[in-house]
Amino acid sequence: MNVAPLTELFATESKSLLRFLTCGSVDDGKSTLIGRLLYDTKLLFDDQIATLAKDSRKHGTAGDELDFALLVDGLAAEREQGITIDVAYRFFNTERRKFIVADTPGHEQYTRNMATGASNSDLAVILVDARQGLLTQTRRHSFIVSLLGIRHVVLAVNKIDLVEFSQSRFDNIVADYTKLIAPLGFESFQAVPLSARYGDNIMSRSANTPWYQGPALVEYLENVDVAEKAIARPFRLPVQWVNRPNLDFRGFSGTIVSGSVRPGDSVVVAGSGRTTHVKSIVTRDGDLAEAVAGQAITVTLEDEVDVSRGDILADAVHRPERADQFAAQIIWMHDEPLLPGRPYLIKMGTRTVGATFTEIKHKVDVNTFQQLAAKTLTLNEVGVVNVASRDAVSFDAFGDVPETGAFIVIDRLSNQTVGAGMVQFALRRATNVHWQALDVSKEARATLKHQRPAVLWFTGLSGSGKSTVASLVEKKLYAAGRHTYMLDGDNVRHGLNKDLGFTDVDRVENIRRVAEVARLFVDAGLVVLVSFISPFKADRQMARELLSAGEFIEVFVDTPLEVAEKRDPKGLYKKARQGLLANFTGIDSPYEAPEKPEILLSGGEKSAEELAEQVFNYLSERNYLHSDEDAGDWTI
Amino acid sequence: MPNVSPNRLTHLQRLESESIFILREVAAEFRNPVMLYSIGKDSAVMLHLAMKAFHPSKPPFPLLHVDTTWKFREMIAFRDEMAKTLGFDLLVHTNQEGLAQGINPFDHGSSLYTNVMKTDALKEALTRHGFDAAFGGARRDEEKSRAKERVFSFRTANHGWDPKNQRPELWNLYNARVKPGESIRVFPLSNWTELDIWQYILAERIPIVPLYFAAKRPIVWRDGQMIMVDDARMPLLPGETPELRMIRFRTLGCYPLTAAIDSTAATLEDIVQEMLVARTSERSGRLIDHDDAASMEKKKREGYF
Repeated sequence: MNVAPLTELFATESKSLLRFLTCGSVDDGKSTLIGRLLYDTKLLFDDQIATLAKDSRKHGTAGDELDFALLVDGLAAEREQGITIDVAYRFFNTERRKFIVADTPGHEQYTRNMATGASNSDLAVILVDARQGLLTQTRRHSFIVSLLGIRHVVLAVNKIDLVEFSQSRFDNIVADYTKLIAPLGFESFQAVPLSARYGDNIMSRSANTPWYQGPALVEYLENVDVAEKAIARPFRLPVQWVNRPNLDFRGFSGTIVSGSVRPGDSVVVAGSGRTTHVKSIVTRDGDLAEAVAGQAITVTLEDEVDVSRGDILADAVHRPERADQFAAQIIWMHDEPLLPGRPYLIKMGTRTVGATFTEIKHKVDVNTFQQLAAKTLTLNEVGVVNVASRDAVSFDAFGDVPETGAFIVIDRLSNQTVGAGMVQFALRRATNVHWQALDVSKEARATLKHQRPAVLWFTGLSGSGKSTVASLVEKKLYAAGRHTYMLDGDNVRHGLNKDLGFTDVDRVENIRRVAEVARLFVDAGLVVLVSFISPFKADRQMARELLSAGEFIEVFVDTPLEVAEKRDPKGLYKKARQGLLANFTGIDSPYEAPEKPEILLSGGEKSAEELAEQVFNYLSERNYLHSDEDAGDWTI
Repeated sequence: MPNVSPNRLTHLQRLESESIFILREVAAEFRNPVMLYSIGKDSAVMLHLAMKAFHPSKPPFPLLHVDTTWKFREMIAFRDEMAKTLGFDLLVHTNQEGLAQGINPFDHGSSLYTNVMKTDALKEALTRHGFDAAFGGARRDEEKSRAKERVFSFRTANHGWDPKNQRPELWNLYNARVKPGESIRVFPLSNWTELDIWQYILAERIPIVPLYFAAKRPIVWRDGQMIMVDDARMPLLPGETPELRMIRFRTLGCYPLTAAIDSTAATLEDIVQEMLVARTSERSGRLIDHDDAASMEKKKREGYF
């Protein structure tokens, strides 16, 4: 083995890496550009070129020539339709750098896939068609990549060959674009006139654009400095996994996302505020004297402090924020809109926690960047919201440390990722909102009443018999000497919730308030009967989670729609059928039936009295009607 | 790779850290994960990364090898040796029904054979053990449908993949939530290229199956490809005699479906050097990929890795 190749070999190994995405409107030539990059950097193998030639004849749009777009559109549906649906990752390298390219879709409906590609990139190449100039998608993509934390952008003015390599055309587009991105605050910006199809200004400057003095695209990508200042920022290590092979070793494994650490450094456990010192930095290759942002390590600590997955080990002086309410930017990614008050999960760093959006402060019009009032965020909309998490979380502003300021939003029922969030600032410090520790507890109040407090949550269609059954149950409980309270649509909508209508947003808020009131009544030691249509699973789940285990009893009054409609005690179905009442559950708004209610009542078959008996028996059999003290009395 | 320059990590260091992060996320978030171990170079790297990720603990999941019974003999010997040396819990699964029916790549064709002995076997093993996450060593640079796949790739209870409806995957915030029966295929090597794999094997001196190194081996020519005669089960055609030839493998699978290349690369350095001038892709030696244009996507939808 001679010396030269070995040098080359280790040179490649120590190359730096640039991750970038290409985006732009449909037909701006993104996929063609990537194909061209792979071809010109000799990253296409002979068998791949042969396959490409075959595919080009079959599906291609470039006449007899190779259609590079077919290289990257990897899904059958994409090749058939000639569009990009999902992000594809491609790899190439030059003498100086290795590159990972995310080729992202242009269609607005696939914006979430574009965001997926952008979230892991250091730089964005935004394509425009020289004939078309800036389009809506140019604005939208520039906005979204800036939102997701990309600080470097290249404007690739493609198809310059189709405007006779016109300098004035290029200059006009660049002037427009410079104006467009002024409010977005990119750190660097470069415009390049190019033809992806013919290779002008891709690898080297083209003779067809003698007026252009800047670098060719690849030349620029090889040299642009996107080095993050991550190492200079305060130390942050989100703990992924507690490493405990035996009783003598307790380490905390994770990847440093900012700053650096050495044995002896003072660190704080962000959750508890406990401080300690780093004892050692353990890797399979030996202990380290220092570790920096980007390294996956395991640390041991001097003191026995409580640390678990989801905690952040941080610089003891420059600590992360800790709060249970914060403001954030959100990109919504699901067909079902973001509804304030509805419970979601957020995953932030290595922590997953229940959360609701308490308020949408505004949404942003991506065409004008204007702030608009909004009650919901729909698919692909961007807005600023207030978030309330069930427990306090530790974070930094996304602008300071992206890795500890970013989160995803997960739907609790479908488990889909429905949104991406970027924390702006804490709304109030968690330390100020500790619940007042009351001496008279829920248990104490319940004991006084000799009962086990609980919520009987009656759900079902309008006219299913919920309220009738609930009031029969309440009478039975009263007769048995139990302290109860009934919440139903009538007594709540006329007072507490009289400001709410019947849109999805208002329904969620309606249920949230009722659930909170029910919780307070349970705290007071009562058996609460709630009778609400409550059509959405997610909302009933929220109510369930406000209460302790065993306190929430879901009673599904399962009456068929035909039966309920025939009863129509308030004449509402009739009105809904005539179109006089919008968003009526069962008619033009869905009812999501419970899958596993604690009590299932067959509304169409049995009488209200029989159903009430069934509920009463349930309570009796499960000791809801005897406090622990009563049980004790029996044994004595 | 302990030496880190104070300013930036190299390409390979970034890839290594990313993979370790993914391995740890899975160990922390899932109830019952498993690592698919195919004995090849990518599996070797994945296993090495798992040893690093959890050190000084052992990786908290078993290895699963789906054995079609048609792997190269040297692969099986290597597999058993590695499990012993590293102290892994190794599960081996074979589709017994397929075996009883004598399904093999010669008589039944690569497509049916792969379906029964690989895809069905895999699904059977995952279901039987109730694994909710399974690591695979696939890389995005291998094939164009893989280039589209997420790091955490959701599978339905039937192990199917829906490429048109993948969960968004933002930053490194992987969504690990599944309902009972559903699972996630996890690809810690998604962003590695074939060259990265070899450079890393070289830098870390990771043990690999000797078939990757050139040696004289008995081969026959089939459809312009060199197929190694690994055992007596391979029916020779009339007039066919195995010839001894200096060859090696760029990728390893079932021996009747894996073509060799001419090579004299006998060391890791040689292999990396050969890679730097290669003109064909590694999967050109995988006969099952050529079945039809979108064959990999089709297989993946059906539950193949």
